[in-house]
Amino acid sequence: MDLKSLHTNRSAQVLLGLLFGIVFGFLLQKGGATSYEVIMGQLLLTDFTVVKIMASAVAVGLVGFFILNRIGYARRHVREGTIGSNVVGGLIFGLGFGLLGYCPGTVAGAVGQGALDALIGGFVGILIGVGIFARIYPSLNRTLLTYGRIKKETVHELLGLPEWLVVLAGCIGIVVFLYLLEVAGF
Amino acid sequence: MNGFLALPLWSPYLVGVCIGLLVCLALVLSDRPIGCSTGFVKIRGLAEQIFRGKQIQEKEYYKKFPPAIDWQLMIIPGIIIGAFLSSVLSGTFGLFIIPPLWAEQFGSSAVLRIIAAIAGGILLGIGARWAGGCTSGHGISGSLQLSVGSILSAACFFAGGIAMAMILFGVHW
Repeated sequence: MDLKSLHTNRSAQVLLGLLFGIVFGFLLQKGGATSYEVIMGQLLLTDFTVVKIMASAVAVGLVGFFILNRIGYARRHVREGTIGSNVVGGLIFGLGFGLLGYCPGTVAGAVGQGALDALIGGFVGILIGVGIFARIYPSLNRTLLTYGRIKKETVHELLGLPEWLVVLAGCIGIVVFLYLLEVAGF
Repeated sequence: MNGFLALPLWSPYLVGVCIGLLVCLALVLSDRPIGCSTGFVKIRGLAEQIFRGKQIQEKEYYKKFPPAIDWQLMIIPGIIIGAFLSSVLSGTFGLFIIPPLWAEQFGSSAVLRIIAAIAGGILLGIGARWAGGCTSGHGISGSLQLSVGSILSAACFFAGGIAMAMILFGVHW
């Protein structure tokens, strides 16, 4: 079966979504990222588990996606960034992240390992939050969400450098950063 | 292999490498970046539809993200199942309401913890959709595609998160 027809096969995609979720949740739990203490430790800058997971995922993914994209197996999914959306929304998200102690993916993982505060608190709260956003979206979309457009969608366009160079520099930068974290005793 | 799956913790680097490969595989097989907050929009939309009928499909936001049981929604039950399996295999599954670190700082009132968790969840839900993604969608999937907006969002997730954590717990350095 070719990839295009797999992408448009609804029931296959429902099953794949479930499978990707299961593996993702399994990995997050094994990494410790579904624990309140680990996430708050990251935000208090005493435990760098979450950053180690994210940074190594990005390093591998940078190379993997670059190759897959070049040989035509993966499409780039990038939208134009705006200050009004990415910065304002990101900061609101951050305040919730610190107050709840889980993010939308890890809250689901925390539910799976038995955290009832994640289920009756976090999960319910997020469902209320997205409902509020759906309600205010029409007016926000015409104003704040589109404020401060960033004309370049990707880092290499922004810097005016070849993509391979940014991928290489990004990987080296991440590896050096993780090495320094370990040396510093984190 | 069984012993390995039963370990309570894997190296964060091993977990990160596997997640990086998983995101690549999802881009190939499903043509989608792995993200979680859209799944919550779908669940919310379906719940609203049960109470208020099909008219909610006319809402501008639900036209953009139609309520349906699809790839993005299934990620959420998938994560719950995956984390459940992992914690059961390592014997770390356990029901609790108040995380120990929270109890240390704010005492053992379950009501207080749940109120804070709901408030935090509301901010997360609004913020994730406002920014167009969450820690996985922007922080990992978007960053590895070198999206400027995603990297900016991820930086703000942590800036806001660190600020709130330090307000609640003080500076630990």
